[in-house]
Amino acid sequence: MTENTTGGDVRLTGISKTYGSFTAVHPLDLTVPQGSFFALLGASGCGKTTTLRMIAGLEDPSTGTIFLGDRDVTDLPPYKRPVNTVFQSYALFPHMDISENIAFGLRRRGIKSVKKQVDDMLELVQLGDKARHKPHQLSGGQQQRVAVARALINHPQVLLLDEPLGALDLKLRRQMQLELKRIQTEVGITFVHVTHDQEEAMTMADQVAVMNGGRVEQLGAPADLYENPRTTFVANFLGTSNLIEAEVVETGSGSADVVVTAGGGKLRLPGDRCTDAVRQGGKLLVGVRPEKISLAHADDAGSIADGRNRVTGRIVDSSFIGVSTQYVVNSPAGAELQVYEQNVERDARLRPGAEVVLHWNPAHTFGLDAAQDIDAGVETVEDAA
Amino acid sequence: MSTTLTKEAPGPVEEPILRKPPTRKRLVPYWLLLPGILWLLVFFALPLVYQASTSVQTGSLEEGFQVTWHFQTYVDAFTEYWPQLLRSLLYAGTATLLCLLLGYPLAYLIAFKAGRWRNLLLVLVIAPFFTSFLIRTLAWKTILADDSLVVDVLNALHLLDVTSWLGWTEGERVLATPMAVVCGLTYNFLPFMILPLYTSLERIDGRLHEAAQDLYASPATTFRKVTFPLSMPGVVSGTLLTFIPASGDYVNAELLGSTDTKMIGNVIQSQFLRVLDYPTAAALSFILMAIVLLMVTVYIRKAGTEDLV
Repeated sequence: MTENTTGGDVRLTGISKTYGSFTAVHPLDLTVPQGSFFALLGASGCGKTTTLRMIAGLEDPSTGTIFLGDRDVTDLPPYKRPVNTVFQSYALFPHMDISENIAFGLRRRGIKSVKKQVDDMLELVQLGDKARHKPHQLSGGQQQRVAVARALINHPQVLLLDEPLGALDLKLRRQMQLELKRIQTEVGITFVHVTHDQEEAMTMADQVAVMNGGRVEQLGAPADLYENPRTTFVANFLGTSNLIEAEVVETGSGSADVVVTAGGGKLRLPGDRCTDAVRQGGKLLVGVRPEKISLAHADDAGSIADGRNRVTGRIVDSSFIGVSTQYVVNSPAGAELQVYEQNVERDARLRPGAEVVLHWNPAHTFGLDAAQDIDAGVETVEDAA
Repeated sequence: MSTTLTKEAPGPVEEPILRKPPTRKRLVPYWLLLPGILWLLVFFALPLVYQASTSVQTGSLEEGFQVTWHFQTYVDAFTEYWPQLLRSLLYAGTATLLCLLLGYPLAYLIAFKAGRWRNLLLVLVIAPFFTSFLIRTLAWKTILADDSLVVDVLNALHLLDVTSWLGWTEGERVLATPMAVVCGLTYNFLPFMILPLYTSLERIDGRLHEAAQDLYASPATTFRKVTFPLSMPGVVSGTLLTFIPASGDYVNAELLGSTDTKMIGNVIQSQFLRVLDYPTAAALSFILMAIVLLMVTVYIRKAGTEDLV
């Protein structure tokens, strides 16, 4: 098993999976760089778990090939792949104690003296005192760590994580996210993490592939995906976006601003943050993240700096959540615009019913193709939460 | 001080838990237990005591039997009938092993591979029970008859030469040989093996198989290290449900066997109903019960089922 120590990227080329007439995963190409923490993010049923299972060998791809480094593993059974999985339900062997569970993979490969490695692994996941316990005697978080240890001890080329934190409560989940990130940095193994939790994907991963309906919608670093979503699904699924339907007035050229009208007002956005299609004129979806918007009472409209995008409206709802206050504003440009204001200097006049001006730096505006469903990815966020 | 105060505060909430429920409610569990206890008393405990007393009586049917604490009956019965006792355990053990070998693959198939045929297959396993035990055993007389297809085929393949050499059959006959009795036992008790096996196999989380394969276990190793150990509760209850009744069975030996294949059940039956030597029959029953209890205890300890359930 010396090939386990030699690295290599995970390369999927033209991988797809169909069940009868249902296509779970459309042909997709994906490269996971060696040593990276890669997240497959999407709502349930988007094909992310199927993709993971195809890498593990638990599912046969209908088309395409899977490479680990230079080795084609498409036709290898799971037990011959240098890949290990942390299952969503952990799938610990109930008839074995914790150290036997962890030693399972080593023993199957004929390694006799496992004690040292098992002890080291128990230490890594901080379960040294639980070696002789049975899985059912452990809490969910501890079982999860055993599942990670059981996979990691084999030094796989790639560690696959199938929503391993799904069953844990919020606080423990945050803790385990950091823990997993720490372990990944420590051992330097490629992690492919499947999750429906966009926050989890963003905090842990170096690279995120957002999947929807069996396709990869967008791939990139978390901050890049967040700031420059290319589809309405990504814009809505990763955090919250205000999407406003607008008409292009000036197409601009190069990096010059595009000028659009929405609800009677003019908005500017950087030309290089629009998809090419909108440069021809016509319709466009203008997007801005809620935390990028500032709120001013209508009486103070004069003090807003020139050159900022402005939208007038009326507050319909506000909720105080400690670090910030979330406002919902109805305006001629769009209904139910979201605004997150830091609670630094609270303006007592900003109450439901108040007339306000929303203003933001045009540089924070992005433009999307208007031909898409404006609400794509919205419902799924609520389902997942 | 403040902490003690706050600890005392929820006092009134705890009170209803501590308060005893009304007498009528407290008696409910006992009323619910009553039918079961009565049943056990009338149909298990009393006959057991009656048999125990019979086994230490002496006398004859004409003069009547008296309890004389004559334990010598046990010694005499064992000395005279130990071959049949041994044969019973041997036949029952062989039949149990055959049931396990035949039943495990079938239970495995139904639990993991049958898909939508699962329920139909389970019904088919139980289907023989719709016919009387006696009729089914008699049917085996036809199946194993001297000129039957089965025996002809076995003869043609010269398999009977092998079994005869082993002492399981005699010449070109299967009927009235140990093999016929074991076949009958195996057939009759097979469902008692399959059903518990199926139940415990079906409970195994399929993801454990995936996890094992993901951790470099080939399908064969997965079975040896994961599936089989996890099905042990089914193996244990299946073998007990087969072995215990099979060791006391007399119908199969009566209908399919000969005088040379008599099991302890046949001896007890004839002592009770033909010889009318009730003390010996009762003593033999107790000896059988004691041996089976002992074997089962050792077996359960060895199989370590307490650990699994």
